[in-house]
Amino acid sequence: MPEAAILNSGSHSLWPRRETLETALPFLALLVMLGIIFAVRPTVFSYFGLTLLFKLAIPLMFAALSQMLIINLGEIDLSNGAFVGLVTCIVAVYLEKAPGHAVLLLVGTVLVYVAVGWLISVRKLPSIVVTLGMSFVWLGCAIIILPAPGGHSPAWLIDAMRWKPPLMPLPLWTALGIAVIGHWALKSSSYGIVLRGAGANPKSVARAGWSLVKARLLLYAGAALLAVIAGLFLSGITTSGDPNVAPGYTMLGVGAVILGGGTFNGGVVSPIGTVVGALTLSLASSVLSFLQVAPVWQIGAQGLILFLVLAGRVLIGGRRL
Amino acid sequence: MVPGDLIAMDSIRKAFGAVHALAGVDFHVDRGEVVGLIGHNGAGKSTLMNVLFGTTQRDSGRFHIAGREIAGAFTPHQAHEAGIRCVFQELSLCENLDVVENTRILHRSLQGIGWRRRARRLIADQLDAIFPGHGIALKARIADLPIGARQMVEIARAFTVTDAPLRCVILDEPTSSLGHEATRQFLAFVRQAAGQGVAAIVISHRLDEILNVCDRVVVMVDGRVVAQQRSEGLTRPDLVAMMGSIEVPRAVAKARDGSHDQTRDRVIDAPGRDAHDLPIHLAPGEIIGFAGLDGHGQRERMRALFHAGLKASRDRHRPAVAYVAGDRQTEGVFRIWSIADNLTIGTLPSLCRGPLISAAASRSLVEGWMARMKVKTDSADRPILSLSGGNQQKVLFARALASDARTVFLDDPMRGVDVGTKVEVYRLIRAEAAQGRSFVWYATELDELTNCDRIYVFREGRAVEHLEGTDIRQDRILAASFGGMVNA
Repeated sequence: MPEAAILNSGSHSLWPRRETLETALPFLALLVMLGIIFAVRPTVFSYFGLTLLFKLAIPLMFAALSQMLIINLGEIDLSNGAFVGLVTCIVAVYLEKAPGHAVLLLVGTVLVYVAVGWLISVRKLPSIVVTLGMSFVWLGCAIIILPAPGGHSPAWLIDAMRWKPPLMPLPLWTALGIAVIGHWALKSSSYGIVLRGAGANPKSVARAGWSLVKARLLLYAGAALLAVIAGLFLSGITTSGDPNVAPGYTMLGVGAVILGGGTFNGGVVSPIGTVVGALTLSLASSVLSFLQVAPVWQIGAQGLILFLVLAGRVLIGGRRL
Repeated sequence: MVPGDLIAMDSIRKAFGAVHALAGVDFHVDRGEVVGLIGHNGAGKSTLMNVLFGTTQRDSGRFHIAGREIAGAFTPHQAHEAGIRCVFQELSLCENLDVVENTRILHRSLQGIGWRRRARRLIADQLDAIFPGHGIALKARIADLPIGARQMVEIARAFTVTDAPLRCVILDEPTSSLGHEATRQFLAFVRQAAGQGVAAIVISHRLDEILNVCDRVVVMVDGRVVAQQRSEGLTRPDLVAMMGSIEVPRAVAKARDGSHDQTRDRVIDAPGRDAHDLPIHLAPGEIIGFAGLDGHGQRERMRALFHAGLKASRDRHRPAVAYVAGDRQTEGVFRIWSIADNLTIGTLPSLCRGPLISAAASRSLVEGWMARMKVKTDSADRPILSLSGGNQQKVLFARALASDARTVFLDDPMRGVDVGTKVEVYRLIRAEAAQGRSFVWYATELDELTNCDRIYVFREGRAVEHLEGTDIRQDRILAASFGGMVNA
């Protein structure tokens, strides 16, 4: 039958499929970074070396996954970094002395975050504007709680972040764990399909009888929880709180999602890709240090690396981000 | 209602603002019956189906499904539970998901361990049953499938059954992207499903298919059911006559004197795409209409002509062209600008004194047009969105007419505009034409076309019929739109 023949042709080709390449890209970028570091300093490849290298990637992975859930809705969260900063302040000031207060405050911030998401959905507001505004609100709250960097994270949290699990360093176990959970939740579970559908074609999902409001609120709540975890772990690593500790997370998170195969169209995101993307981007500054780039050039050079890696995405995909 | 009816809708009414989309419709479907629903643009077919599927709420009217009364709001979820499925004209699959995942979206019960395996079997079996030899890869994302395959998936998905029963499938232009063989398979399957008690409602402009597959044909005109008949013995000309028989053709615009149809004067002279596509030409002072069912290539052709006109005026100093968009909100108005700014944006070069815009020149232009168009507002400095839809459209007309464009393209500009405004604008268009301006007018309402000197009727992307003067009659337009009778 001619129609069948047309449909079948094209899927068999000598070249790897575009999708395969897209999936492989974040892994390739990570390998290139690691390759450079290995060439310069082979001793990094020890349990201890990898722990140090990836330590700061742990909170970034969670922040990137948080951003991913919002990008799945076809929106963007510019307040992610400020929100994580606020969480580190709440953790460092209250969690040890008044755990009840700390939990209440964290639950409160999550609720406000979800409420803002609900407002964006119901009133069809541009998320870029609302979350930009919210970033200043979160920063302001953080400064009220902790005007200057300081406080002290609870000892159990600091110890937990220093835990040395068997076989692999903690950051790599974390990456594996959340990549698997994220993949299951969004790509394998039956409701995850609905969540991705709601990001790409909300009308169609609503016509199939699903509640869009519920799907959106779930995604916003998930994003808030992941950002709280990011702040908690970041505070455990730095042992203190700082309102301005993580402004870079917002854009690094977006970069990780896009590098990992996500698009701004909604519904197209990859949890595994995002985690690997976050690992890759967290290495950018280390790579530059190993290459002995002068500190004044490092920030600009990091941007260049981000640009090159994302350009790879565009070259392969040929699709709009 | 008749007790045996599967679907009984009585005196259903639905208004959108001042427009009565459904003006008291009675619509019944029997178990296992295949009903064809036909009518021209805006007849209310889609609205009726949206009410039946729960995506639009009726204003009033009684509504029973399988003997159970639907009181109050009706949701797509309830429709699904009641056994009603819908294949929408704009396909409603999620492009980022694969075929199996899209099947899951439709069925709540496909969850828990092994849902993907069950969904795969469900859709694979259904595709094989309807389109044997379809060759669609179930793992392919919808975005990577050609349009015909998407339509097959959408149709097959609508016929899959899990826990809710399957009683009636609404098929809105289901064959528009299917190939010949797939269409044949599909029609045969609809008959087969009907034999097993599954009813279908088929909306199609392909009247042969309607006659081929349907037990009964229901004809809608202007939000009412005007005729219904068993399809045995009916012919295509019969159906066309049923759609056009209600309104007496209006008095047509006076025939032109013919002095301007010398070829050399033409402002547009575009060949067709192929032998079946008529060439389109336009003389100064002429109004030509693009007719036919909505979405049959009129807008695409008009935009192509407009862009060719833009290029010609830029590169070869041909007279300027202007475009009046029908989709005001997305293509027409600058939402946060004032009325005056919206009006003058097309004429800024002529309002400039040196490098700056002259406030006085701009004001006099705006005041002149506001008066001429009778825009109802107290000040042209108010935001454009403070105006009603009809008045916004007048401003867009003024924008085009105030420019030096000699050819104006009208993209169904009267959509959602009240009758009073329409009459004023029709008069204005004719007055402008009398002064030598030319108009290309895409109109979805049959009535509007009587303002044109000549019309081209489009079907499936081509201009298939050219009507002039007294030949511009509803029956002729309908016949050409639906590919109907040869000798009207």
